[in-house]
Amino acid sequence: MAIKGTIIIDTELCKGCELCVLACPQKGLVLSDKINLKGYRVVELYMDNCTGCVNCALVCPDSAITVYREKKAQAV
Amino acid sequence: MEQFLINPDCMVYDNHPVTLTGEPYHYCPGCGHGVIHKVLMEVVRDLGIQEEVIGVAPVGCSVFAYHYMNVDMQEAAHGRASAVATAIKRVRPQNYVFSYQGDGDLAAIGTAETIHTVNRGENILMVFVNNAIYGMTGGQMAPTSLLGMKTSTSPYGRDAASMGNPIKITELLAQLPGAYYVARHAVHTPNAVRKLSKAFKNAFEYQKLNRGTCFIEVVSNCPSGWKMSPVQSIDWIEKNMLPMFPLGDIKVPDPKTGNPVMVKNN
Amino acid sequence: MEKQELKGKEIKLMKGNEALAEAAIRAGLDAYFGYPITPQSEVMEYLTEQIPVRRGLVLQAESEVASINMIYGAAGAGARVMTSSSSPGMSLMQEGISYIASAQLPCLLVNVMRGGPGLGTIQPSQGDYFQAVKGGGHGDYKLFTLAPSTVQEMVDFVFEGFRMAEKYRNPALILADGALGQMMEKVELPAEGEFPHVIPDWATTGKKAGRKQNVITSLFIQPEKMEQINIDLQAKYKAMESEVKSESINTEDADVILVAFGLVARICMKAAELAREKGIKVGVIRPITLFPFPTEVLNTTADRVKKFLVVEMNAGQMVEDVRLSINGKADVQFYGRMGGMIPDPEEILTKLESMMK
Ligand SMILES: Cc1ncc(C[n+]2csc(CCOP(=O)(O)OP(=O)(O)O)c2C)c(N)n1
Ligand code: SF4
Ligand code: SF4
Ligand code: SF4
Ligand SMILES: [Mg+2]
Repeated sequence: MAIKGTIIIDTELCKGCELCVLACPQKGLVLSDKINLKGYRVVELYMDNCTGCVNCALVCPDSAITVYREKKAQAV
Repeated sequence: MEQFLINPDCMVYDNHPVTLTGEPYHYCPGCGHGVIHKVLMEVVRDLGIQEEVIGVAPVGCSVFAYHYMNVDMQEAAHGRASAVATAIKRVRPQNYVFSYQGDGDLAAIGTAETIHTVNRGENILMVFVNNAIYGMTGGQMAPTSLLGMKTSTSPYGRDAASMGNPIKITELLAQLPGAYYVARHAVHTPNAVRKLSKAFKNAFEYQKLNRGTCFIEVVSNCPSGWKMSPVQSIDWIEKNMLPMFPLGDIKVPDPKTGNPVMVKNN
Repeated sequence: MEKQELKGKEIKLMKGNEALAEAAIRAGLDAYFGYPITPQSEVMEYLTEQIPVRRGLVLQAESEVASINMIYGAAGAGARVMTSSSSPGMSLMQEGISYIASAQLPCLLVNVMRGGPGLGTIQPSQGDYFQAVKGGGHGDYKLFTLAPSTVQEMVDFVFEGFRMAEKYRNPALILADGALGQMMEKVELPAEGEFPHVIPDWATTGKKAGRKQNVITSLFIQPEKMEQINIDLQAKYKAMESEVKSESINTEDADVILVAFGLVARICMKAAELAREKGIKVGVIRPITLFPFPTEVLNTTADRVKKFLVVEMNAGQMVEDVRLSINGKADVQFYGRMGGMIPDPEEILTKLESMMK
């Protein structure tokens, strides 16, 4: 079973550049219809298949993404 | 979503390192400067050297780098960051010193300072952000703009005969005996970012050895100046920038002797 | 290299440029950055010889542009720093000086002037008065400007320059001329190590836990903020006015006053002596600080004396400030030599005689 992960996107920092979308190997991210206070459309995680690989966070120019991943011990 | 994972124990990537101030970047969506700032400051955090680092910001889009990087910093005149960094390191050799400059800053107006800083082998890290354009002033031709590239001052495309060729200053600098570690990296993919991070880490560690200048070029994007979307700019780096500015080590310390040697094929 | 011990107080016969360099070491200079140019290259030559066996660091930069920006960096990191140059080199430094003034960094600049414009001549001149006191670079800023007229003052003003620079967080300038740099005179040198310097708390020394990051910048993008910085700078320049210095010689009974700075003031003193022998009562006022300018002394002297002659080695620069100071109360005339020519006392006397007819 794949390692489970998830991310939190600080949508007020997100500028909707979609570089995270491009970088996600799970194709789990998408530009949503939500608009933040600065007027940018923001990205969201829409699939439940995140592995916590941190790719999206690495390429995010606005440091908007925090990544969480289950510990090895927790993996079944 | 996997709510149970959201706890400090499971956090594998913190978007708020103590080495960033947390102030939102003023950069355009998708701009590489944000990634480079972040990676540099993550390395400073990981090495535990925040209290010892002094940075120098350029004139260019990253002129406000000190708003974001939570370390002591000085803002230099256009092109002079390496002269400022030289002096800081000379009077405070116990500190880690880095300069951060764009292509116009480092490879046009500041070329003399750049070459002589490396030639003296100043024990600093020079970060060179090559986005092949003058971002800050609105997309004019840079010394690294590609042949045929349309900019606001090369509206018909850069033409070698009248505007010169794109300058590979990193290769040029690697020839100097003062250069200890020279590499070219990028920020267009997660793996490129990982490699850049490793290179910054090497550079700070080498700075302790007092062996010479560490120079890292980062091929970056300027979606606004290039007049394309951030996603298109990633593709453009891959297709157009990298053939001209190939990634990898150019000069590295020999693992046995510690003396810097040119990497083959470069 | 074996380090020498600190030097005690000494009296010596020294060349102006070397005396200035020696004074800088004795004043606790941490770092010197410079680029060779006649007629002041002896400053860096002296320092490169002495500093390795004494204290501090000296670096020959690739240009004056680099050296002034090195001054910015080292001053921002809290060091006591100096650069020196001559006219064309000073022109090249102006952008950096404007940054230093805006970022409010203390440092000592030295201009041993030569004749211009252009590459000009290596002979002495005072052609950079405007550049020194009216900005030089862009924006509204001032340099605390000292004009020595003896080799002793080349020594004393190094200390005074650092004192003023550090007191006001502002660049100070010693505006000398080529002749003073080359002239040999007896000087008294203060003891070394008695002019302490503490690293200021605003300097970039590494962000210690518990304090905010220190930033040295001259960028204040919001106009409201930039205007406030300008208001603060102007208030500082106003406060500096209390440090004004000038010398008045035999002005009490004078019918005519010679006004001159630097070396020319000494020539004027000789001319005044010759004039008195001929029965013309001449006094001399020598501005010692060019910014702040001794407006008050000139203005009050003009209540009584109705003729002034300003003598300079340029086409007439300080004379404008003398006229502004006197503000129409007296007749202000000018006599100047240019391009590296030094006026002699006799030609000044001739001019004085023509004024008294
Ligand atoms: C002496 C001087 N000349 C020109 C400028 C205007 N200027 C500001 S930034 C810049 C170019 C910056 O381009 P680059 O270094 O490539 O940085 P980028 O914005 O692309 O990151 C220029 C020409 C200036 N500030 N100072
Ligand atoms: S990379 Fe960052 S800023 Fe860009 S869309 Fe994704 S979360 Fe938003
Ligand atoms: S951590 Fe990896 S898998 Fe999860 S969203 Fe980010 S890129 Fe996709
Ligand atoms: S203009 Fe270019 S370099 Fe500047 S912030 Fe925008 S994208 Fe980045
Ligand atoms: Mg650029």
